[in-house]
Amino acid sequence: MSSMSEGGTPAGGKSSKERTGLAALVFDAKARSLFFQALLALAILALIWVAIGNAADNLASQNKQFGFDFFDRPSDIQILTTFGTWITGYEAGEHTVFDVFLVGIANTLIVSIVGVIIATLWGFLLGIFRLSPNFVLRSFATIYVELLRNVPLLLQIFFWTAVLRLVAPSERGTYSTLIPGLFQFDAKGIYGPYPILEDGFGLVLITFLIAVAASIGYAKWAKKRQDATGQPSPVALVSAGLIIGLTVVVYLIMGRPMTIEWPNFVSDGPMLRRGFERGIGSYIAPEFMALLLALASYTAAFIAEIVRAGIQAVPKGQSEAAAALGLPAGIAMRKVILPQAFRVIVPPLTSQYLNLTKNSSLAAAIGYPELVAVFAGTTLNQVGAAIEIIAVVILVYLVISLVTSFFMNWFNNRVALVER
Amino acid sequence: MKSTLLPIAAAVTLAAGAAGAATLDDVKANGQLKCGVSQGLPGFSTPDDNGNWTGLDVDYCKALAAAVLGDADAVEYVSLSAKDRFTALSSGEIDVLSRNTTWTITRDTDLGISFTGVSYYDGQGMMVPRDLGVTSALELDGATICTNTGTTTELNITDYFKQHDMEFELVALENSDEVVAAYGAGRCDVFTTDRSGVAAERLKLADSDAHMVLPETISKEPLGPSVRADDEQWEKISRWVLNALVEAEELGITSENTEEMMSSENPSVQRLLGAGENDYGSPMGLDASWAKNAIEAVGNYGEIYERNVGPDTPLGLDRGVNALWTDGGLMYAPPIR
Repeated sequence: MSSMSEGGTPAGGKSSKERTGLAALVFDAKARSLFFQALLALAILALIWVAIGNAADNLASQNKQFGFDFFDRPSDIQILTTFGTWITGYEAGEHTVFDVFLVGIANTLIVSIVGVIIATLWGFLLGIFRLSPNFVLRSFATIYVELLRNVPLLLQIFFWTAVLRLVAPSERGTYSTLIPGLFQFDAKGIYGPYPILEDGFGLVLITFLIAVAASIGYAKWAKKRQDATGQPSPVALVSAGLIIGLTVVVYLIMGRPMTIEWPNFVSDGPMLRRGFERGIGSYIAPEFMALLLALASYTAAFIAEIVRAGIQAVPKGQSEAAAALGLPAGIAMRKVILPQAFRVIVPPLTSQYLNLTKNSSLAAAIGYPELVAVFAGTTLNQVGAAIEIIAVVILVYLVISLVTSFFMNWFNNRVALVER
Repeated sequence: MKSTLLPIAAAVTLAAGAAGAATLDDVKANGQLKCGVSQGLPGFSTPDDNGNWTGLDVDYCKALAAAVLGDADAVEYVSLSAKDRFTALSSGEIDVLSRNTTWTITRDTDLGISFTGVSYYDGQGMMVPRDLGVTSALELDGATICTNTGTTTELNITDYFKQHDMEFELVALENSDEVVAAYGAGRCDVFTTDRSGVAAERLKLADSDAHMVLPETISKEPLGPSVRADDEQWEKISRWVLNALVEAEELGITSENTEEMMSSENPSVQRLLGAGENDYGSPMGLDASWAKNAIEAVGNYGEIYERNVGPDTPLGLDRGVNALWTDGGLMYAPPIR
């Protein structure tokens, strides 16, 4: 642009210095662009100014005040037993609106984190299936992807809710087994063992962490040795021995500082008393399971496509070269194809993670108390501070998304092509 | 997808500069009243087979439209969840909220809205499956309860269980149909909402006889219409249309006999109908025949009650406390003079 105006000036016979004032706006591309950018910026500022003024007027006329005092108010609402209420110890009437806010954030985070992990594993598997020479695996993956990513997510959430209700025995005093000896379920949720930690468990935990650190150190040393001498080391075996063996030994030395609390099933007595006793053992609400299944299976379909595209983006010569070197297919995939495919996979994977997190807000429809349902919904309805609450919720999602992006960018830089 | 409505509503609060005052002018200019109703509650506001809204709350909207615009059909019904209703009203998305909504002090003073009367005196009730073997709400310790989120019901049930030192688990869902579905599937032991609502939702269950309503009424739930708090004129119109319907029943004016009653000797009747020189409409910005139009359109309060929720309807609710004060009930309109 600038070269045009500079190049044009001598030919026109006038130097750019003479173009001042209004003439510059018409003829000087730089001045013109500056002028219109300034105009746009002013228009946006004016719009924001008007919006804020209107909001203030409307709030004043409705006798509402802008502020965040409501956070300190006691909260009377009962919240479904979930990760959030467990971690904050929430009790209706004894906690504040701020605690409800924390419960919402905790519930959003737990379903997002678990969902991202499951979606990633499942998605990678499906993506590899899609390229499999096995006809059944390939067709299954194709049908799965096409079906899941083309049906609205809200519908899938309702679908999983209905499925869970259908498979669960609805009659009181009956239950089905999910994992024999470990997890049972009825219409009200999934019940399992709950570990109660006793004195001395801290030491077991520290041992575990040390063992993990030692394994990482060993793996690094083994890689260096293999790079230098070509000698492979039994990394998996040694790590497993270190982590499991050492932890178990210390656990036994400390006198087993953990007891398992099993859910208590009552099969007789008054009808209302039958079923699993509340507050004993661990409990997972069906709303959480339905949301998790829907989010993970839906996002996995997209991740599968990203993985397939990533693998296909690696030139065919790479796998041919690996085969020519005599590498088995598994190692060729792990050591040659996937590291290169990662460079293509990671950036779009990030946006799938962000999508999953934001999609978790659809849980309001099935009663899972995540941030939007419990804070931007129920609490907003009680305290009425719509603008403040929505702003806070937007901020929370923004922070979660930025942290995710930050981490994924860091990971992306690690796997990116290092040019020497 | 209802959750997306809230940010939009918040944005509307930001953008709609003219939300304040003069709702009457806006309604007249639009030629239509925007009335917030439920997502389908038999007897109160529910679409019939032809998609026409019917019910006690809907009839109030019709009466208001008839009084203001002279046309009971000039109403646009906006179906709202319990959670979104107040934001929809205060942001100007609707002109009046007539959606089985309980009048409480917080809602009246803190949400930027004003209640204009009581159209149905209700109380919170509970429904349980008969085979649960429970005959009183006091036996519900440890129960799982399903209800609508963003309602007084949600708070009352917490109060009630705390007061009686009982434990419970609450599943709060946004859509009433989802609440009933969850209860029907055995996710909850108890379904709770206003007694009228419990009676209505029970009819939706496949095996309605296998369920019973517990005798306890655990709260006062005066249901009534509400409007934005910043428009006094509109608030008064909303209040007096409701009063006119009650007054009409007391005076024996029905949808059938308004013309006859115009020549009544009773000065109270003449004042209400705007017969002769009587004009109580113009101070509110309405015609002298405002009340007559409303009564002609939907009938008096008694007629509305009998048509929508009374003993001859599927809901079969007795007048009870909703009878006129002269019959020992609570329905009482201040004098129109």
